[in-house]
Amino acid sequence: MSYRLGVDVGGTFTDLLLVNEKSGQTWSAKVPSTPADQSVGVLTGIRKVCERAGIDPKQIDHVMHGTTVATNTVLTGTGARCGLVTTKGYRQVLQIARSYVPGGLGGWIIYNKSLPMAPLACTIEADERVSAKGEVVRVLDEKALRQSLRTLKSKNIEALTVSLINSFANDSHEKRVREIALEELPGTPVSISSEVVPEMQEYERTVTTVANSYVRPRVDRYVKNLRAKLGEVAEGVKLHILRSDGGLASASSAAEYPVNLLMSGPAGGVTGALWVAVQAGFPNLLTVDVGGTSTDVALIRNGEARLRRETTVGDVTVRASSVDIRTVGAGGGSIAHVPELTKALRVGPQSAGADPGPAAYNRGGTEPTVADANIVLGYLPAMQKLGGDMVLNRELAHAAVKKVADGLGLSVKDAALGIYNIVNENMVGALRLVSVEQGYDPRDYALMGFGGAGPIHSNALSRLLGSWPSIVPPGPGVLCALGDATTAVRDERARTYVRQFSLTSAKEVEKVLKELATDASKGIENEGVAKKDIRTTYQVDVRYRGQGLRLAVNIDLADLQKRGLKAISDQFDAEHERLFTFALDLEHELVTLRAAVQGPGIKIKRTVLKKSGPDPKAAVVAKQKSYMDGKDVTAIVYDRAKLKAGNKIKGPAIVMEMDSTTVILPKHTGTVDVYGNILIYPDGYKARKAPKAAAKATRKPAPTARKPAKAARKPAKGKK
Amino acid sequence: MPATIVQRNKKAFKKTKVDTVTIDIIESALRNARYEMDTVLFRTAMSPGIREQHDEFPMIANTEGKMVVGQFGSFIWGFMDGYDGTVEEGDIFLTSDPYSVNGAISHANDWLMLMPIYRDGRIIAWSAMFGHMTDVGGKVPGSLPTDGTTIYEDGLVIPPIKIFKAGVLNEDVLRVVLHNCRLPQWNLSDFNAITAALRTASARCIEIAERFGDDVFYSAMDAMLERNKRAMKALIRQNVPEKKQHFEDYICDDGLNLGPYRIRCSMWREGDKCIFDFSGTDPQSMSSINFLLNEEMFKMFAGIYMIMVFDPQILFNDGFYDLMEVRIPAGSLLKPLKPAALSCRTHALGRIFDILAGLLGQGNPDFMCGAGFSDSPHFMYSGYDKNGEWYQLYQITFGGIPGKPFGDGPDGHSLWPSFTNVPNEFLESYFPLRIDIYETIADTGGAGKNRGGNGLRIGYRFLEPGEISIHDDRWLTYPWGANGGEPGVRSRKLLQRADGTEELLPSKIDHVKVEANDLLIADTWGGGGWGDPLERPAEQVAFDVEAGLVTVGGARRYGVVIKADGTVDEAATKTLRTDMAKKRGPKKIFDRGFDSIEELKARCKAETGFDPPATPRFTKWAAVAAAALEKKAAKEKKGAKAA
Repeated sequence: MSYRLGVDVGGTFTDLLLVNEKSGQTWSAKVPSTPADQSVGVLTGIRKVCERAGIDPKQIDHVMHGTTVATNTVLTGTGARCGLVTTKGYRQVLQIARSYVPGGLGGWIIYNKSLPMAPLACTIEADERVSAKGEVVRVLDEKALRQSLRTLKSKNIEALTVSLINSFANDSHEKRVREIALEELPGTPVSISSEVVPEMQEYERTVTTVANSYVRPRVDRYVKNLRAKLGEVAEGVKLHILRSDGGLASASSAAEYPVNLLMSGPAGGVTGALWVAVQAGFPNLLTVDVGGTSTDVALIRNGEARLRRETTVGDVTVRASSVDIRTVGAGGGSIAHVPELTKALRVGPQSAGADPGPAAYNRGGTEPTVADANIVLGYLPAMQKLGGDMVLNRELAHAAVKKVADGLGLSVKDAALGIYNIVNENMVGALRLVSVEQGYDPRDYALMGFGGAGPIHSNALSRLLGSWPSIVPPGPGVLCALGDATTAVRDERARTYVRQFSLTSAKEVEKVLKELATDASKGIENEGVAKKDIRTTYQVDVRYRGQGLRLAVNIDLADLQKRGLKAISDQFDAEHERLFTFALDLEHELVTLRAAVQGPGIKIKRTVLKKSGPDPKAAVVAKQKSYMDGKDVTAIVYDRAKLKAGNKIKGPAIVMEMDSTTVILPKHTGTVDVYGNILIYPDGYKARKAPKAAAKATRKPAPTARKPAKAARKPAKGKK
Repeated sequence: MPATIVQRNKKAFKKTKVDTVTIDIIESALRNARYEMDTVLFRTAMSPGIREQHDEFPMIANTEGKMVVGQFGSFIWGFMDGYDGTVEEGDIFLTSDPYSVNGAISHANDWLMLMPIYRDGRIIAWSAMFGHMTDVGGKVPGSLPTDGTTIYEDGLVIPPIKIFKAGVLNEDVLRVVLHNCRLPQWNLSDFNAITAALRTASARCIEIAERFGDDVFYSAMDAMLERNKRAMKALIRQNVPEKKQHFEDYICDDGLNLGPYRIRCSMWREGDKCIFDFSGTDPQSMSSINFLLNEEMFKMFAGIYMIMVFDPQILFNDGFYDLMEVRIPAGSLLKPLKPAALSCRTHALGRIFDILAGLLGQGNPDFMCGAGFSDSPHFMYSGYDKNGEWYQLYQITFGGIPGKPFGDGPDGHSLWPSFTNVPNEFLESYFPLRIDIYETIADTGGAGKNRGGNGLRIGYRFLEPGEISIHDDRWLTYPWGANGGEPGVRSRKLLQRADGTEELLPSKIDHVKVEANDLLIADTWGGGGWGDPLERPAEQVAFDVEAGLVTVGGARRYGVVIKADGTVDEAATKTLRTDMAKKRGPKKIFDRGFDSIEELKARCKAETGFDPPATPRFTKWAAVAAAALEKKAAKEKKGAKAA
């Protein structure tokens, strides 16, 4: 019998989900995280979950793991001391970056730029040059390079990056520099930009490759250690790491390209949410993962998470595919304050974090946080203990919120409601970025709140966006581990391929795409995925010639063969029109070609609840005074474990479970489905009819914007 | 005649009391809408200046046209005064004429578009946006002729017109406009992009009004303005003294060999009101460096500067406009009379920020920044390539951010909001050139406790014959240091011909012919330093030396002696610092790097390789016209008093 295990290591808890690959039966466990050496917690968890399942850990043959090691390394600035080799004349490529100063007009006055991840003192130049077309303009001066590399020896670098100009067009110099570097600095890992991200734009390529080097030694150590420890209890087990794009990487590939893991943690949550939502019959979904300091949101359409071509962690943005997750500095620990001059109510982005945490934690925090407001409002009932054992101090919460109330001249509960409303609004801002701004109408999507505090805000967020139902999955905390366990092996290859349509052909494009697919398949075949089980998808980035944007368009090879490049341009025009309300009559240009390959997923049988009538009376445990929508109400408190399928919970209500609390607002009703999800709808809700037509009506067509384009095309060259 | 607003629904908005939280929510919803305008624009615009460098400015205003969210303050009043027609539902307006909108936009490259946002037959808000077009015709590619003497030479000037009438595009007019531009498809795409951004803002405002009700939306915007006014009132009271402060700075030359042009401003407070008076500013130039400065826009600059320095939490909008008064003499460099050329106004526009730093800083030297990268130098390169295709590059470059009370100035960065450089690999892929050098220049940032950022060096290797233009400044005067900091190093342009000869190029010049394999080394200037350089921790100086941002020789400006192994020679440093402290005079609030213009001009040739420019003089017609205007204004004032 074979088993696979999903493992999510969070700041407080390590969640595990064990799956019997044949029957689909699952078992879960939750143990405290062990930050000093995370593998300790993981092993404790494995023993616990295996005990529950009554199996020997040796029966586990795949472990899928979402990790925040790479992210934390960047956020805490504790990565490797990196060396960098650039083309002569470009030593300061990271120092200059894109010359961008954040913060609007006058923003420079308060802007202090952080130091580059590869210090200038450890950056050397290679005398060489390749043109944008890939011709060698100046051959590499190997002798001079060896000398410069030797100077790096004394700087104690732990990793080296090579990023040369135009290497996306010709990687021969980068490869040669690596050979020489391995001779001169034996034992130092070398990342080259043409392998990590073979795309145009020198700063982005360099910073991405340097980020890779920066987190690499640490991720490598972590993965090796975890693999060794796993080997002790489950010999021969295969370890996979969840990538930012929601696919799985082998442990060795993860250690080599760790820049692809920066969103590994949150991607697990989205994947888990996706899995639950598809099961429940809602393939269009907005996900809201509320943590202590921040909230991650994403959009899932037709059962697939939207991907983005860049990943941002702190003030570092790299070119690596990731699930399009937007993060807003609004979470349970976000601090509310009233600035002296404006007397406005602001929530976040400052956070009380886990330490000291909200005032109610009684660990020395005195600033009012969102969690404190939720306590004042009665959304976290007196009997609720966070994570099962932490008692909340209501008086401290009250005293903290009073500070804000006094500043605003409001009652304490009105101030608390203000905090709750503002933080919801901040989350809505992030949700708009992934929906409305991408041309998707949130009213066509369901919404799922998870993470410990997500279900407190879920109902309110759905109401603000018109996204129904508001779904609260069972065990909102183990969603990430579920995502880890259900993920398929995935890999992709991309290449910058800037060509006007008139200068290339469908045949040429197809040839490159197939090469990329073959290349990408090799990796996952090594993972033991059979050739016949590999699913390949093709994507190209396209724009109108002269534009800076690029839109990703999925390609069906058969369609490309049949209709030629028109198969691409038609789709692009449609997408352009959907996003920006107009299309242009200009020539198209290819920018990047990409092939993604994926192994088969896994079937999981979910626990099905016993069906029952609509009356949830059997699950009632208490009554709680609450303040909702500006009114005092008495909310019925339910124990989630006792709810049955078919139960209807009328708001105002609060549903408790071990690590989470769900708020159901007045005039809303939550229905429990067979999988234990609570689906919240406003009373009297009627599904929107023909959502497509409605979506269209919100966008006015740009009248005749296309026409003058034709007239304007000819005189462009200005020939006399 | 101002514009006539046509509204089907005559019902007035009811001012209601809106609770704080609702105001905050509407505020953040409007802020989101404004950022969404940017996103929509960036993604579909084609001019690299807009798309890559973000030379564009969105705004949402209330029914009266006051900016509620945005950056440069409202330009709706200026437009309404200059437009002689009706404003109706579905209309979108376009203009590129600075003179018709009292400088709301300041050269013809900026296309300004405005849209009244209607709901149920009445205007609930305005959206507006302007962006810099790569080319709008005229005598030189890029439409920024240094030697232009009237606005007619700059390029096509569009008066305020209704480009969409009740939602229908005026195609003929657009065709005429595009026909006069060298890269019409870029203009068209940018035009469409701005239109899409305006419509996005419109949709968002309507949604907010639907959610909260028109009266609440109206009243909340009012409250946002009021909130800002209250905050600014306190800031002005705290930071602007009643005693007059004066400050002056310079534009080095006008491209026609006259200069430096002085910009002078006085600032003082009367009650709650802060007054800025530009009397003493030099007359308008015969060339195109004139900057038609809109008074309201200047208020916004001043307000933002105060907010950023003293309390960055405040959201800025037009609410505080009544608290400021700006006086600019007609016929001066900052209030030129039509038809003076305006295209190269960027230098004076940038310099305004140094003036503000100098003015506001005097009262609070601890909060004052050095002189910075107060310009956006342009580089242009155009011609026909091997295949007979026209290429035309317009690029904004960057330099050293000044040292500031809060830390060092970044090297080779932008003072302008959200501007970014264009990736060199992108340039090399689309234009016949290679960028052989792209680095900041050691020691060009002014020494200070907080170092000024280094200037940027770009080595352009041309691969096709063509013509280049350079628009830069600070080749003669220095970016001054503040509060004990030293000035930064000047700019410089050197052309190395493929045949081995070299020539220095002036800082403002068009039509320089280049051949394949010529190399232009374009150096911008460094930012001024802040605070006493002798107080900068020696290890920090050593760090910069190891990084190559300061040389071993340059470290001595900080009184720091670096040993051969790169570490600090503690003993020698102590001696040198003591010695330097003794020799120098009292701490200077400003260090301009010269004593007087005469003294500066005397060493001009030796230091820069160029003869000093001649003293600016008034154009005759402008002098006469300005005098007439002054007389008229005085008469009106008298009349008003009598009444």
